[in-house]
Amino acid sequence: MSKQKQLQVSAIENGTVIDHIPAASLFDVISILGLDHISNLITFGTNLDSHKFDKKAIIKVADKFFERDEINKISLVAPHAKLNIIRDYEVVEKRDVTIPDDVVGIVKCFNPKCVTNNEAITTRFRVEDKVDLALKCHYCEKITTRDELQMM
Amino acid sequence: MKNKSLVSISDYSKEEILHILELAAGFEANPNQPLMRDKVVASLFFEPSTRTRLSFDTAINRLGARVVGFTDASSSSTTKGETLKDTIKMVSNYADMIVMRHPLEGSARYASEQARVPIINAGDGANQHPTQTMLDLYSIQKTQGTLENLTIFMVGDLKYGRTVHSLLMALSLFNPTFYFVAPKEMSMPREYKIFLKEKGIRYFEQFEMGNLEKADILYMTRVQKERFSDPIEYERVKNAYVLKNAMLANTKDNLKVLHPLPRVNEIHPDVDANPKAYYFQQAENGVYTRMAIMSAIMGVK
Repeated sequence: MSKQKQLQVSAIENGTVIDHIPAASLFDVISILGLDHISNLITFGTNLDSHKFDKKAIIKVADKFFERDEINKISLVAPHAKLNIIRDYEVVEKRDVTIPDDVVGIVKCFNPKCVTNNEAITTRFRVEDKVDLALKCHYCEKITTRDELQMM
Repeated sequence: MKNKSLVSISDYSKEEILHILELAAGFEANPNQPLMRDKVVASLFFEPSTRTRLSFDTAINRLGARVVGFTDASSSSTTKGETLKDTIKMVSNYADMIVMRHPLEGSARYASEQARVPIINAGDGANQHPTQTMLDLYSIQKTQGTLENLTIFMVGDLKYGRTVHSLLMALSLFNPTFYFVAPKEMSMPREYKIFLKEKGIRYFEQFEMGNLEKADILYMTRVQKERFSDPIEYERVKNAYVLKNAMLANTKDNLKVLHPLPRVNEIHPDVDANPKAYYFQQAENGVYTRMAIMSAIMGVK
């Protein structure tokens, strides 16, 4: 009986399910993927129980299939995210995200004296350390770490 | 090197650096070579500087080129709210080359992407100052006979001191050993230590002036008051890293003391008469190295 009372985020016919997002990163993921600006049907759940983190979030986007480069952008805030590609209610493919070598236009340079924080410039970083996350600014050459990570 | 901007010393390969140093020696032997008579150089100083600007102006004049520009941002259209991008776009229509100093870090890289002409970074905030590095390298090579396998002590403000950062990167091409002497709050930033580790270069960190007998080069820097938010902290730190003549007693014969100048009190005046003091000659070398860099970029040498 208890099973039936549990609220399920409804299934989608075609589209992408992004699972295992740390709950705290949900809105960053939404913003990085621009989901707040598209008209597709989107459902999300957050603060769900998870084996991997304290609380996880999940996003289901109907009729949307992400390019690999596009989805890899979320790896900075959701490194363990799993993608399920859904076609006709069936999972046809599962995918992990990987941290890219270059990060363009998503992350803010932590250095307040960096030119990118003072003029309208697209930020660019080289990922120097994918495990501990160290992003080297193409402009000021300073390192932004995970603790200092802030999305644009 | 022709038409290539010099933003960060790492833009140049080891061979290119050695080539510039060779050209600089030629300019030292014969400083008046009007190879850039038909060139206009824009000198854009968004932040005041005496030494670097005069050194560049001298180099430009000795090369026979003409110079346009401004000596601080208050006499430029920046005060009217013009963006750096627009200023650079405009100036690159006028001049053959741009020499730029700007308080924001990364501004020179950005300018080099916007300009149609090569940019020489004359300092971008606490980031890079590659022409200073080139004159430091020239001074080291001239006094030591080589750049290879030297033991370099860097003393003072290693956190914000851009000259030490650029010098560290350049010397890393020549198998050095580094000693970093700085207070904890001014220690060498993490990115440079990562860089050295990746390259397999030995470095040691110490909080006090010691082990000087190991040094070939003692590179002193100014602990800058303006870098401290807390004036009490500055007072506490400023006297801890002062070089006095007596400290040079047991050092190597080939040791030279370098300093990017201006100094405040980090080198006691009693060092000046010691033949190991090289900071004034070092400053003079700046003109020759800047002549070498500009003539290489303009393709006239």
